[in-house]
Amino acid sequence: MNNQPIRSKDLAPTVFWRLAEDIPKPVNGALIVLSIAFPLFLWFLLSALGHIDPKFLPSPANVIEAFVRLWSSGDLLKDTLASLWRVGVGFILACLLSIPVGLMMGSFASIRALLEPFFGLIRYMPAPAFIPLLILYLGIGEEPKISLIFIGVFFFNCLMIMDTVKFVPKELIEATYMLGGNRLQTLLQVIYPHVLPGILDACRINLAAAWQLVIVSELIAATEGLGRRISVAGRFLKTDEIFVGLIVIGVIGLAFDLFFQYLVKISCRWANNKS
Amino acid sequence: MYLKIEGLYKNFETPTGTLTVLKDINMNIKKGEFICAVGASGSGKSTLLRQIAGLDSPTMGTVSIDGKLINGPGPDRGMVFQNYTLYPWMNVQKNTEFGLKLQGVSKAARREKASYYLNVVGLTKFAQSLPKELSGGMKQRVAIARSLASQPKVLLMDEPFGSLDVHTKETMHEFMLDLWERTKITVFLITHDVEEAVFLSNRVYALGSRPGTVRKEIDIKLPERSNEVKRHSVFHDYRDELMALLRQHGQEALVTV
Repeated sequence: MNNQPIRSKDLAPTVFWRLAEDIPKPVNGALIVLSIAFPLFLWFLLSALGHIDPKFLPSPANVIEAFVRLWSSGDLLKDTLASLWRVGVGFILACLLSIPVGLMMGSFASIRALLEPFFGLIRYMPAPAFIPLLILYLGIGEEPKISLIFIGVFFFNCLMIMDTVKFVPKELIEATYMLGGNRLQTLLQVIYPHVLPGILDACRINLAAAWQLVIVSELIAATEGLGRRISVAGRFLKTDEIFVGLIVIGVIGLAFDLFFQYLVKISCRWANNKS
Repeated sequence: MYLKIEGLYKNFETPTGTLTVLKDINMNIKKGEFICAVGASGSGKSTLLRQIAGLDSPTMGTVSIDGKLINGPGPDRGMVFQNYTLYPWMNVQKNTEFGLKLQGVSKAARREKASYYLNVVGLTKFAQSLPKELSGGMKQRVAIARSLASQPKVLLMDEPFGSLDVHTKETMHEFMLDLWERTKITVFLITHDVEEAVFLSNRVYALGSRPGTVRKEIDIKLPERSNEVKRHSVFHDYRDELMALLRQHGQEALVTV
């Protein structure tokens, strides 16, 4: 008899393939860095050795040049601020309205029955399809773009927030009644804090959608903005500027996401890693 | 009579017809008594507790406390659930104060009261901890302190020690008796654990199953109330009597399904 431990051959020890488990921090860090570094490296390699027309694939150096050019002319900043402002206004308006409406839809079956069918219908209408209508009704200024973001965020956010309420344990609500709470107090002081992490998460996800929508709306009708920049660059085959636009958009989007994750972490410590 | 249940029936409508969960329940509980209702599953004991709590209303019959009919939940009946139901985003102090906050008590007054009851349950040192940092027994003690802070007329407990391990459960039993002796509060506790009922109560109601009825009311007179009592034959006599009462109806339930 050999002294091998008895072990299922499918559960051999591993680091990379740990299932639903953490991996060591250094490994995690290295993989994260690799996630960005490897595509960058590939890009560099491809453009240096691949004999590809720079109009198809600008080299990293080209893109950096274009970035510096756009930045020093002030165009990049102007475009970024324009897009950010549109997203900001549209998103905040949508959140301010969708949080209470979503909460009420989740807490009151009556309001849910009244609003969910209609909201559900609109949710499936692609927001960009509204653009011609919005331009028709609101002109070609900021209003149609901000409205577009509002439409794209509001209905989804309402429905997602509505769903978080169903995870509030019924016993928690009953305990509140037993302690002398009325319905309003229960809604504001028990349901709302309980679903806050879920609300922030829904907002985080919908901010990503909002950011995409702003770019799409600018592709169609704008005088400045990151989407506009890409559209113009495309028309003149300035692929290096397209890359700059895309990268800036991606980085800002990621920054939004990380910001929200941080927000959830610090405001809802109780919801993090249950012991 | 402090807590009076008269002619209580509870039916539920199901797709297959009307299900009678509670049938003709009559109970008279005096102020300061420690009462347990024991029953197997299907005896409707949780349903009964919910009628007293006001979270549900009977199909027929009444529940009254101190002469007043019950028609809804309220802080005059403290409720302790099996699953602690502490508010996870509040620390122990705030959890304990919460009932008073809902009732509009001033910040200073509720802090004082909550601190008092936290002391009664022995958790003063953990006032700033979050529920997730506490053990099961401690969470349950916070839940009890939270209910007591509103100075209820009756403390209703729904299998409060069911999720605890045996050792913690025994400690909690002793804790409960000690608490009861100190606060003189009226307690109505439901459980399936016969020994728990015999150990803790002045009187036990044995509930039959399907439908839930009061089969027998047994006065418990024990020579002492420490863990040593479990060696006495009188403890075992009560236990055996109750087990027999429950077993009889559990078997009925198997047959009539």
